[in-house]
Amino acid sequence: MTPSTSSGTDLEVGAVVAERTVHLTRESLVRYAGASGDFNPIHYRDDVATRVGLPGVLAHGMLTMGLAAETIVEWLGDAGRILEYGVRFTRPVVVDADNGADVTVVAKVGAIEEDAVRVDLTVTFAGTTVLGKAQVRVRA
Amino acid sequence: MSVNPDLVGRDFPPTPPYLVGREKVREFARAVFATDAQHIDPAAAQALGYADVVAPPTFAMVVQDIALQQLLAQPDSGIALERTVHAEQRFRYTRPIVAGDELVAQLKVTGIRPFGKGAMVTSEAEISDVAGTHVVTATSVLLIGGEE
Repeated sequence: MTPSTSSGTDLEVGAVVAERTVHLTRESLVRYAGASGDFNPIHYRDDVATRVGLPGVLAHGMLTMGLAAETIVEWLGDAGRILEYGVRFTRPVVVDADNGADVTVVAKVGAIEEDAVRVDLTVTFAGTTVLGKAQVRVRA
Repeated sequence: MSVNPDLVGRDFPPTPPYLVGREKVREFARAVFATDAQHIDPAAAQALGYADVVAPPTFAMVVQDIALQQLLAQPDSGIALERTVHAEQRFRYTRPIVAGDELVAQLKVTGIRPFGKGAMVTSEAEISDVAGTHVVTATSVLLIGGEE
């Protein structure tokens, strides 16, 4: 049986199922800090980020991971179809105080299994990939 | 102090029950740019067969974090927050988290291996409802930098 999307169309490996660009600002980081409880100051204080040797205030890795997965939820129809989701945090997303940061997510079919589909997420900021091996296994 | 290898296999108590609130789910959804109605509108979630709004997949981190705090609070852990970098994160779901859930996390350190001057620490938080039924297992790999 070929797994199908919630809309019933057949899938092919390599097909883009969803994509979006999210514009992050310092406000986004403060909002995520409050919602998640992660108040590490490297996510909102330039002085602390500089002191510990970072290139600037960084987005929470879990914010990038979270917004990346949400890119496919509308396509899935039901977030409960997600069986597994994993990422490696490979590069930081530096969020400029004035200009923010644009994070782009492209979700492609990576593999089709008997009862599941692996969706591979390519997440980029300023032309480089920021998450490694970002894969979501979803129930077919 | 370097990371204490005895953390592997140490028993941690289950975390106190965390009650997932509807407004908390909405707040978290907004924070991760999750605009789908199932995260916000109870009627949309109910149409999918859920009792209340569905939390975005990475919401499990909020509950896992309570368990990770236990690890950081061990006086002999050798883990200093300011030298800690989140290297890897995985979730394995039995079902999504839904508003109204009461969740308990059980922490286990599964591996510590040397990495440069520091260590890579892998831990698993098994998150279940108060009846003991599995909801999601959250696995974190933390890179603990060595002291200068």
